[in-house]
Amino acid sequence: MSDLLILRIVAKLLIPYILLFGLYVQTHGDFGPGGGFQAGVIFASGFILYALVFGVANARRVVPPRLMATLIALGVLLFAGVGLAALLMGGNYLEYAVFADQPARGNHIGIWLVELGVGITVSAVMLTIFLTIAGRGR
Amino acid sequence: MDVIGHYNYWVSIVLMMAGFYMVIASANLVKKLVGLNVFQTAVFLLYITMSKVSVPDCAIDCGTAPIFKEGFTVYSNPLPSVLILTAIVVSVSTTAVALAIIVRIKEAYGSVEEDEMLRRDGE
Amino acid sequence: MDQGQGKGPRLITAVHDILLLTLLLVTTVAVVRLRNLVAVVMLLGLYSLLMAAVWLVLDAVDVAFTEAAVGAGITTFLLLAAVLLTGQEEKPPRRGPIGPLLIVAATGAVLLYATADMPPFGAPDNPIHRHVAPYYIDRSLDETGVPNMVTAVLASYRGYDTLGETTVIFTAGVAVLVLLGGRRRREDEIEEDE
Repeated sequence: MSDLLILRIVAKLLIPYILLFGLYVQTHGDFGPGGGFQAGVIFASGFILYALVFGVANARRVVPPRLMATLIALGVLLFAGVGLAALLMGGNYLEYAVFADQPARGNHIGIWLVELGVGITVSAVMLTIFLTIAGRGR
Repeated sequence: MDVIGHYNYWVSIVLMMAGFYMVIASANLVKKLVGLNVFQTAVFLLYITMSKVSVPDCAIDCGTAPIFKEGFTVYSNPLPSVLILTAIVVSVSTTAVALAIIVRIKEAYGSVEEDEMLRRDGE
Repeated sequence: MDQGQGKGPRLITAVHDILLLTLLLVTTVAVVRLRNLVAVVMLLGLYSLLMAAVWLVLDAVDVAFTEAAVGAGITTFLLLAAVLLTGQEEKPPRRGPIGPLLIVAATGAVLLYATADMPPFGAPDNPIHRHVAPYYIDRSLDETGVPNMVTAVLASYRGYDTLGETTVIFTAGVAVLVLLGGRRRREDEIEEDE
């Protein structure tokens, strides 16, 4: 853990807003710049800031490696599952138009879910990679 | 405006060559990886330069970022953005795998310099 | 986003573009010449931030956003964490820089010669803008209900592509876990070596 008081307080103040901004970028990616890839990275960087200031061991307690491993797989499965759901509902693989009565609405739902899957996988992978490499030295 | 466009291409090629130089001239594996990253970003710059649309001699609708807005019809090409956006995230993933391998090499050889690794292999 | 640009703003865009690219070149020279790897990594972060600014000027806002978050953020963290493990100084090279410089100069000259054939910058009728882009620009709002074309193309029209890329990221995460996730079995041995 860092001994610098200012660093600790500022990190504590910033992290909630970084995570909130990550969620905003995730959910607002349809309308402005953003989406799953960016949101995942921003969300992960919130936790990376925590790990930098409070130590990798503490960060591992906040985000257990088991949970991370589950989330890594969950995001890809969500993406592939949306494709499969479209297949089961009578469309082609990843044809979101079948999710609602209007194709545009169905597409919007599909895009939202797929971006969520991307966001989950990207944030979990980035965090796992950082904690694994940074935790190696200790 | 022709000079400006070609300036983008030239910079992208100079950056590519700088990355290439780091890859072949440096013996340090981390430096080589930095070189690969520079090379990669230079290729991205080439793509994004090609995606830009700007209509000469116009007042308002001259080409803008690919997000729909009332009153605009000319947008930059969204396709290179999509390709490069995903490529950036894939590039950080491949960088991470390379770093993991470099860390393992350091643990096995005690060095990340090419010539020292080769010397230890010869022993 | 420079929505609503006239002739003056267009010139400003060009000036920004040239200025940022020149700064980028200077940063790259420093990255190539420095031997302290921590400094190299920090400058690479700066390089990524400058690159993100260039892409903002070139209207690729999503890409600029990603580069600012990934290149200037995560990549810098990862490289720093790795440099702290692998040593901070690069050893001076055994061979001179003449050979690599010759190869790089020859390759660069050929590529620079090839740029003469590139289409004019920003012209709306360049070949790249005539293929599928008009379809996306005309139809994606009606077909997907998503104003951001990049998101629409990314998740819907090129969904397979993105699924593949997400799988690549998944694989990278698993690969790093496999390479470094386990306990260090030969820890004692290594410390004896050093």
